[in-house]
Amino acid sequence: MAGRTLLDKVWDAHTVRELPSGQTQLFIGLHLIHEVTSPQAFAALRESKLRVPFPERTFATVDHIIPTDSQARPLADALAEQMLQHLEKNCAEHGIRFFGPASGKQGIVHVIGPELGLTQPGMTIACGDSHTSTHGAFGAVAFGIGTSQVRDVLATQCLAMARPKVRRIEVNGKLAPGVYAKDVILHIIRKLGVKGGIGFAYEYAGDAFDAMTLEERMTVCNMSIEGGARCGYVNPDETTIAYLKGREFVPTGAAWERAVAWWRSMASDAGADYADRVAYDGPAIAPTVTWGINPGQAIGVDERVPHPASVADDERAPLAEALDYMDLKPGEPIAGTQIDVAFIGSCTNGRISDLREAARVARLGKVAPGVRTFVVPGSMEVQRQAEAEGLPDVFRAAGFDWREPGCSMCLAMNPDKLVGRELCASSSNRNFKGRQGSPTGRTLLMSPAMVAAAAIKGRVVDVREVL
Amino acid sequence: MDAKVTRVAGTGCVLRGDDIDTDRIIPARFLRCVTFDGLDEHAFEDDRRQAKGNHPLDDERFAGARILVVGRNFGCGSSREHAPQSLMRWGFQAFVGESFAEIFFGNCVALGLPAVTLPRAELDRLMDAIELDAKQELVLDLAAGTLASRAGVQKIAMPDGARRSLLEGTWDATAVLLEAQDAVQRTAARLPYVNGFAA
Repeated sequence: MAGRTLLDKVWDAHTVRELPSGQTQLFIGLHLIHEVTSPQAFAALRESKLRVPFPERTFATVDHIIPTDSQARPLADALAEQMLQHLEKNCAEHGIRFFGPASGKQGIVHVIGPELGLTQPGMTIACGDSHTSTHGAFGAVAFGIGTSQVRDVLATQCLAMARPKVRRIEVNGKLAPGVYAKDVILHIIRKLGVKGGIGFAYEYAGDAFDAMTLEERMTVCNMSIEGGARCGYVNPDETTIAYLKGREFVPTGAAWERAVAWWRSMASDAGADYADRVAYDGPAIAPTVTWGINPGQAIGVDERVPHPASVADDERAPLAEALDYMDLKPGEPIAGTQIDVAFIGSCTNGRISDLREAARVARLGKVAPGVRTFVVPGSMEVQRQAEAEGLPDVFRAAGFDWREPGCSMCLAMNPDKLVGRELCASSSNRNFKGRQGSPTGRTLLMSPAMVAAAAIKGRVVDVREVL
Repeated sequence: MDAKVTRVAGTGCVLRGDDIDTDRIIPARFLRCVTFDGLDEHAFEDDRRQAKGNHPLDDERFAGARILVVGRNFGCGSSREHAPQSLMRWGFQAFVGESFAEIFFGNCVALGLPAVTLPRAELDRLMDAIELDAKQELVLDLAAGTLASRAGVQKIAMPDGARRSLLEGTWDATAVLLEAQDAVQRTAARLPYVNGFAA
């Protein structure tokens, strides 16, 4: 018998039944909620007089709308305050744990789940947020859902889902210095395209991922959705187990031993069947930067902005649209592009290791005149750790603006926004038109170290020349 | 109310372009709300403002359209259900495109909105036909798997489970999922982590 993938094992273990439609009724082991996509779900429960049967399997935080200058209540934005109050009330009414600012554990939902040890291998994890794929770094099957599905999970702890196929993506060999997990995932999306993953779960494997820390794996899995894959995962290994040990929601003693054995058993078998396989050469990956309006429009920092003549017919119109919006010239090197704003943070790159790498660069200079900066820790825990290591002082001394935790300028639902045509070097995950709060604002995605280097030079530079 | 979605008929609106993300469908600043009411007013707001009246949603030929015809990977990016909610409240009852991003697709099904696909060449023919005669009625027959227009009767595709949930009227999944409460408890009891890996 052929071996099974982690996706198959997790799916089978969580299958309640096959539905008449042919979809699976899938049990959701961990449900995470936040203020933006949950209020209408709770309203629907109330309307249908439904209760939450597994309140201990849902956890809440506030991240999207939270200001990063002051989290003092009431929040300055009345709409944001209203959303926060709804979440507090809904959690209290249904007996759901809420990690708000007062708990000392607030942060971006995809940062706090892992750091609290809520995210564990072998689980199904859902959240009304597309970057739920982040949790796949632990060997969980984790995916984003919409608000109607948030309602379904609250009311039933289940979802009606179709089983995805699995594509194994291997990156072998050692990454070059100055090349980060962010560059690896941007490279993969560049190669497979932003819709290449539709219908697939991505299994990341090979030396490059084996060598990564859990935080680096989270960066990779986080952006699976940018490649069209609703979930992406790395099989659990010693790195995973070492990361989990001692975290708040992780079992201890004899239960820990049983947990480790079960987690290991969920990893893909050596002879597992895959619907598709691709492989890339790790040492060939350069620091990667987006030049366009989707995350697949990316090039190595040492490359030039592509020319419409250089691409396939059906890529020409999107390319021209992107160049027009970005106001970049085909054939020009991306290095040297002037920036106005630098954003370090987000569920992609707002963890302590990201801040350490950015700080390493920040130690080498001062923010260029005229560049606005935002350094936003992903959670209060990341903030505390950064403070313990003296990172805020490093950033401040270099002229960076050190902020309170939240999603911030990744999607600009709080006051942190681009203005007009500003161009932002950003460690976040999306370079869509208008994504960072100005309808005409522009985003170049890159690693946190590359963002810090761009902030210091005032333009896109190859971080390998700075380090 | 009959929840079965078997057929959508009405005029179409052609929205060309690939990889149109949900931030463009409904910019994030309009997500500062606790209901979906009024989101139709902000559908494609920034794109429309920049198009200065030349956006398909502002094109009088397409006024009152029920079927939105789009390109490839429509609805990519953020999971926000606000996106299909805003388009539904605008008046669209179905989507036809080359492909749809998965979360957007799931959200559409959860709202009872079919999102069906055509191969690129067929889609181009349909878009051209609608633009030539925007007042023609399109008939999406989900049971037969066809879309009828002046471009002819075209064979549409949709993942079978989602299609059947619309045809059978079980797209509002809560009730269906609630039917199996005992089985849910049994599944939970089998998963070692649900009980904290107790012996």
